[in-house]
Amino acid sequence: MSGHVVPKKLYILVFAALIVLTGLTTGVAFINLGKWNTVVALAIAVCKATLVVLFFMHLRWSSNQLRMVVAASLLWLAILIVLTVSDVFTRNWTPVPSNWEAQIQQDVR
Amino acid sequence: MHSSTAALAEQFDDLEQQHEASSLGMWVFLATEVMFFGGLFTAYIIFRNLYLPAFEAGSRLLDVRIGAFNTAVLLCSSLTMALAVRAAQLGKKGALITFLLLTLLLGLTFIGVKFALEWRHDYLEGLAPGVNWTFNGPDSRHLELFFCFYFFMTGVHALHMVIGVGVLTVLIIMAWRGEFSPQRYNTVEMSGLYWHFVDIIWIFLFPLLYLIGGRY
Amino acid sequence: MGTAVVEPAIESRVHYLNASYGIKSWLLTTDHKRIALLYLASITFFFFIGGSAAVLMRLNLIEPQGALLEPATYNKLFSMHGIIMVFLFMIPSIPAVLGNFLVPMMIGARDLAFPRLNLLSWYVFMVGGCFTLYAVIAGGVDTGWTFYTPLSTTYSNTNVISAALGVFIAGFSSILTGLNFIVTIHKMRAPGLTWFRLPLFIWAIYATSVIQILGTPVLAISIILVALERLIHVGVFDPAVGGDPILFQHLFWFYSHPAVYIMILPSMGVISELVTAFSKKRIFGYKFIAFSSVAIAAISFLVWGHHMFVAGQSVYAGIVFSALSFAVAIPSAIKVFNWTATLYKGSVSYQAPMLYAIGFIGLFTMGGLTGLFLATLAVDVHVHATYFVVGHFHYIMVGGAVMGYLGGIHYWWPKITGRLYPDGWARLAAAIIFIGFNLTFFPQYMLGYLGMPRRYAIYAPEFQVLNVMSSAGASVLGVGYLIPLVYLVWSMRYGPVAGPNPWGAKGLEWQTPSPPPTENFEETPIVTEEAYAYGTEETQVA
Repeated sequence: MSGHVVPKKLYILVFAALIVLTGLTTGVAFINLGKWNTVVALAIAVCKATLVVLFFMHLRWSSNQLRMVVAASLLWLAILIVLTVSDVFTRNWTPVPSNWEAQIQQDVR
Repeated sequence: MHSSTAALAEQFDDLEQQHEASSLGMWVFLATEVMFFGGLFTAYIIFRNLYLPAFEAGSRLLDVRIGAFNTAVLLCSSLTMALAVRAAQLGKKGALITFLLLTLLLGLTFIGVKFALEWRHDYLEGLAPGVNWTFNGPDSRHLELFFCFYFFMTGVHALHMVIGVGVLTVLIIMAWRGEFSPQRYNTVEMSGLYWHFVDIIWIFLFPLLYLIGGRY
Repeated sequence: MGTAVVEPAIESRVHYLNASYGIKSWLLTTDHKRIALLYLASITFFFFIGGSAAVLMRLNLIEPQGALLEPATYNKLFSMHGIIMVFLFMIPSIPAVLGNFLVPMMIGARDLAFPRLNLLSWYVFMVGGCFTLYAVIAGGVDTGWTFYTPLSTTYSNTNVISAALGVFIAGFSSILTGLNFIVTIHKMRAPGLTWFRLPLFIWAIYATSVIQILGTPVLAISIILVALERLIHVGVFDPAVGGDPILFQHLFWFYSHPAVYIMILPSMGVISELVTAFSKKRIFGYKFIAFSSVAIAAISFLVWGHHMFVAGQSVYAGIVFSALSFAVAIPSAIKVFNWTATLYKGSVSYQAPMLYAIGFIGLFTMGGLTGLFLATLAVDVHVHATYFVVGHFHYIMVGGAVMGYLGGIHYWWPKITGRLYPDGWARLAAAIIFIGFNLTFFPQYMLGYLGMPRRYAIYAPEFQVLNVMSSAGASVLGVGYLIPLVYLVWSMRYGPVAGPNPWGAKGLEWQTPSPPPTENFEETPIVTEEAYAYGTEETQVA
């Protein structure tokens, strides 16, 4: 049965990179970068996840079919997050009239 | 009476087809897991943006050192798991069992730290929603929401780890009984994919829960 | 038994039904064909339970003040009707029964990729069904099948958690089935069976499985969050404490809209098979139909907000969802055009399966068009949560999906059982169903347009005539559904023996005996011709 055997060294190299990135992301958490803290944290997480997927999970040596499955799942995750979040964040683009409470009191009377 | 690592299963024409089917099946399953956790991440993102101060405060109440330690533990376990698969590919039974055992121990360490150290501490501090919530500072309800997400997300993740530990135990027994060989190591490889995936979830949980709370 | 119906042909040959006997051989089977029959029994059972709820509802609606039920009871009935029909009947129906039976056969395989996972999927389904039935027996749930918050999380005092758990568990069954089909279709096609030679039913099942894989997990999360909030009252969805009830609707409909395509796509696949078999003509626009299934699966994930136009969702999100909802109608329309073109100059015969197919095409088109009304933001403001919506989705689900299911059951019945059913009775039942259906649901469009709200146990007196019509139609429809139960069961023992290919149809499933042997084919077939290659060679008629 075919199966690409990955050299031990490569695994250890990837592991070392993962540890370094973990240290980096933990360290950066204590530095004030304002809103960039979140961006950097997520970017580093994406790097780590990519290393795990490509090398530990062998996607680097896998068929295009399997890569499509991964790509599809990420795309669908993006659809879920983006469309849902875009609703929440555009709700107050159409502001409610400022005197709506008074208006309701009046209509009720 | 035949497991997937025994003979060629009846429905397949050859071992290669069987192997490819297993791989595709496991990756498709992982796609479902991405969507499963994705729903949680979506909710978390929304509430964090609605109640940023409370969520940052909650984040700061978590112990970053323990979180980082646990992250390192899981990364180690991914390494040992990858090496276990490699040992199975090369037919090295001793190394296979050793690496599976190490992965198992690291997994148990993670679970132990999470439950016995972190969760227990939060519970004793009165930060466990629904069970023992005694925080009465400002923004208490939104902080409670953060901790709800914290416990639920790490809880679902931990559940997946526990299942992984169970799978590893079965693998160790099977390896001990000599059921794996360079021609039949599918099950180890597929379990490895699952284990790495659970690690990846933590790779995202760690920064989202622990690291973006304005700790400066 | 001393009649002329002795069939040594069936009794002497070993096939999947007589290969082994005893309840263990059924409950522990890994044969996809037997699992399909296990599912058939289960979903038929659930169909009649869900149907009973509908009967009670329609009886109640004969009078404006409610003829039969307290509003609280009525609320429980429509909830149970929805939950059981959607999750325990519609979603599994074609994939788990016809899909399980046919997918390996249509691609020339001996079984699915993961037979034991298939059996597990049935058991998981049954456990989910049991939880749901428990909820019914324990007093029902009144949140609607949509479990909207904060009613479901905070204010309802009915059995929300057990019903939600039932749905959660049944969802896993759906995921496992979808996973099995995807791997099987990718990896186990017979030699020569390229993607564009596959029957369109397979394309439909494949697209359905992709939806099941990507959507159902999000339903699982939304349900767990409801249960969690109900238990510890943390307020994820409760506006009183800063939660967002619309977030629940986003997570719920992210799955539940694609879910309606899970319910219709397989039926469309059946119609593709029926239309071509009963016109004896190659389907028109094969690639268009194949790609339209995939397009529907993809676009279906982009439209869920059209259920939330008046819920408090951002208007801008609403506009985007509305436009995309128009887009998703296009591939469905393409299918309808291609089926119609297939009929043109075909050698059309009107046995029961074809009657169901033609009924589908007409009724689905109507249901689909009313979907466009609902997708239009401004119109939806007026018809949302009225009987217009109820009419719309029943035209698609019942006039469409269920008719496709029945057509498929009749078409493949000889293959499944080795017997022919009496076509005269079948055609009568199809006609009764068609008439009953339209009498039930067409008035509902009018009721909705006139303003009658859905999920109400009572209504304004001016709506009574239409309601009585609808209830009368429902009784006709009910009779129509009972008739096949009788003659299909009858045929299993007394129907004439069917040969391998009683319809003279193309497709690998017709190249093997009826009923098939456990391994489906004596030898793996090798495919050399395109799908539906009618008129290119003499077709074998049994």
